Amino acid sequence: MHDFIQYIQSYLDSDKTPGGAGNIFWATVYILLVFGGLSVAVIAMNWLERKILAHMQVRLGPMRVGPHGLLQPIADALKLLLKEDIIPAEADKIVFWIAPFIVTLAAFTVFVVVPFGPTHAITDMNIGILFMLGVSSLSVLGIVTAGWASNSHYPLIGALRSSAQMVSYEVAMGLAVVSVIMMTSLGSLATGLYGVGNVGSQASGTLSMIGIVQAQQAQGVWFIFKFFPLGLIAFAIFAIAMVAETNRAPFDLPEAESELTAGFHTEYSGFRWSLFFLAEYSAMIAVSSIAVTLWLGGWLRPFPGVHGPSIAIPHIWPPADPSAPTGRLDFVFALCPGIAFLLLGAMCFYNVQRMPQHPLFKIQTMGLAGFGATLGLIGLAMFIPAVRDRVEDIFWFSAKVAAFMYLYIWYRGTFPRYRFDQLMKVGWKVLLPIGLALLILTAVVGMRAEIWAQFTGGLR
Amino acid sequence: MTDPNTLSPLDLETPDKTFLDANELVINMGPQHPATHGVLRVILRLDGEKVLGLECVIGYLHRGVEKIAEHRTYTMFNPYVDRMDYVAAVSNGLGYCEAVEKLLSVEAPPRAQYIRVILTELNRMASHQLWLGTHALDIGAITPLFYTFRDREEILKIYEKYCGARLTTHAFRIGGLQYEAYDGFEKDVKNFVNFVKSKIDEYEELLTTNRIWLERTKGVGVISGKDCIALGVTGPVLRASGVRWDIRKALPYANYKNFDFEIPVGQNGDTYDRYLVRMVEMRQSLRIIEQAVEGIPAGPIMAKVPKVMKPPVGEVYHSIEAPKGELGYFIVSDGSTQPYRVRVRPPSFVNLQALDVMCRGQLVADVIAVIGTLDIVLGEVDR
Repeated sequence: MHDFIQYIQSYLDSDKTPGGAGNIFWATVYILLVFGGLSVAVIAMNWLERKILAHMQVRLGPMRVGPHGLLQPIADALKLLLKEDIIPAEADKIVFWIAPFIVTLAAFTVFVVVPFGPTHAITDMNIGILFMLGVSSLSVLGIVTAGWASNSHYPLIGALRSSAQMVSYEVAMGLAVVSVIMMTSLGSLATGLYGVGNVGSQASGTLSMIGIVQAQQAQGVWFIFKFFPLGLIAFAIFAIAMVAETNRAPFDLPEAESELTAGFHTEYSGFRWSLFFLAEYSAMIAVSSIAVTLWLGGWLRPFPGVHGPSIAIPHIWPPADPSAPTGRLDFVFALCPGIAFLLLGAMCFYNVQRMPQHPLFKIQTMGLAGFGATLGLIGLAMFIPAVRDRVEDIFWFSAKVAAFMYLYIWYRGTFPRYRFDQLMKVGWKVLLPIGLALLILTAVVGMRAEIWAQFTGGLR
Repeated sequence: MTDPNTLSPLDLETPDKTFLDANELVINMGPQHPATHGVLRVILRLDGEKVLGLECVIGYLHRGVEKIAEHRTYTMFNPYVDRMDYVAAVSNGLGYCEAVEKLLSVEAPPRAQYIRVILTELNRMASHQLWLGTHALDIGAITPLFYTFRDREEILKIYEKYCGARLTTHAFRIGGLQYEAYDGFEKDVKNFVNFVKSKIDEYEELLTTNRIWLERTKGVGVISGKDCIALGVTGPVLRASGVRWDIRKALPYANYKNFDFEIPVGQNGDTYDRYLVRMVEMRQSLRIIEQAVEGIPAGPIMAKVPKVMKPPVGEVYHSIEAPKGELGYFIVSDGSTQPYRVRVRPPSFVNLQALDVMCRGQLVADVIAVIGTLDIVLGEVDR
């Protein structure tokens, strides 16, 4: 027993991910945390999408189940679970049965390497980004099989569209990613740290998700701003490709409602349908995590290189080392998570007093107040230094991903849908050439000193 | 072999091929489909996503309106016409009332004429707003729908105040109007005109220069003016193809000749031009409403018509410019209280014939865009 506790505690002192430290107990805990958190995120996303979209469209959205429809996604999930599971008579039953699981599996598995913080990842693979791209593209397989097994025209067309679309956009996506991977090793030679020849040192290029963020930390710049505007262009390519990759508006052709009724999942119902839904939303979160990790500094707070004048912050609890000085700016940013949650809680309470005073709304009002109080308590807990230091990374990472989620909703509310040939044109004739040019430019700009040295003679 | 009666002509052309060994894929779109605007059924022959040809199957909403007319008096049939193009019920009523008035050789008094014009032009606005919302929705822009419905609501409120109904209004009577304009009618209409002007700008802001919208509509569903005339296509579709034909100007009815307005004409005859033409038409409708509301004369609202209408033996064809095109009524009277025959020329039905011409060689997604741009209402197609 004692050994076991020590085994558990041993991880807490290590500065690795549970997978990296080889600690199976903590790896399991992290897996449960990540997948639980992901499910909650999908549920929250469902509610948020409906609400935000509704407010963009001058309507209210769900308002009945729970205060401001907060429980609507749960009610929907229950409904889907209880619905009859229909497998069409003409369908290929086994393939039809397997397809949603392939899609869900692919969408969830990528989260194994998503770094929520320097140690907050299930594991750190040295081929992390490759793993993410590879596994997430497996979902095409599920979509094609779903469309095929349905033995129906609309799903078939949807599946074919989807496979063509995802495969084409993966090329552009890959090019954008490669340029970032080059950035991890190419740096300004002025610092002398980031030369190409530095293999083996900390400064060599990396495919590891954590390594990419650490490279941004060490170079003191988010890659979106590196080699301006090259990083920005790479980010733009990725940002477009990732929308196409997840089949979302304005590239939602595979499930274009007005054309193909529901695309590849037309014949699916009940829980099987909800698996596709789950997969779509977790895939959105997954690609957003890639974008955040690669270009927006992952778990790093804004201005990661600026610390401000150092001050000694009194640690209230637990009595940590009070002599460790922190930058003033670090301290200010460290307060952000707590303040954000307090603001959310305050928003709830603001709406509590706006709720109708009618007795019928008593439960709803109390529910909203309870929700606000929970958020507020979480916010207060985040001011505790011990908690703050551990969740700060997760907060920044989630906040950045949330910004992408908002973008997804915004696109959906704003854009008409592309036509299939136009979509292909954008992928192959616009994004791909730009991506290729970008790759070469990044290499040239990154190695300009070495190239210059070739002409002037003598490397530094 | 299956019963040939259950087969469509299309099946006979491509006998006994499953979609696997044939290059052609035959797809049945509708009658339950999100984008066929009701119960239109389109049988598509596809090569990949390219449309080789299509056939419309209609009649799912057939109620035999024309036959019903033969068993109703002229007055009793009036509400039925509202149920044909139910998003432009007022226009239907105007066409029918004017046709019977022509048969009876009576004319509605000027005051009634003005109020009729106001209500009909409001109806054109409402119809175009509904078209814009659903058309944009078909192309994937979900937001304009809610904006247009929000503003259409104001028109329906005016109708509700005027005659108690919102959609199938039965606003006009043969010989004039039943209801006097309510107190504050002018003010409501003026307020609406001022309110909606900025809203049209808002729709245009969302779509007119939107890149994706341009790509989806420019060069899609092109039809030449010649083809339009050959197929009998009328309304904004015809005008977008460059033919300046609007019955309000060409064969003025009601008192449209008193108003100053322009007929927008397109050049390319593609979906984008049809969109622009309708947007301008909305603004022109507002112009007409503004002039009409300023000049409503005093006087009676009902002409002298007999309680029991027995038009003289004869026939009459009267057409008006409904929001969707030329809406014509051909009424044959045998001198009794009931029409011997009523034949309606619905714009949607005729315009739908152009679908095949417009879609051939285009992609599946374009079929949706073209169905939207034709602005059909199945209640009117099937009657």
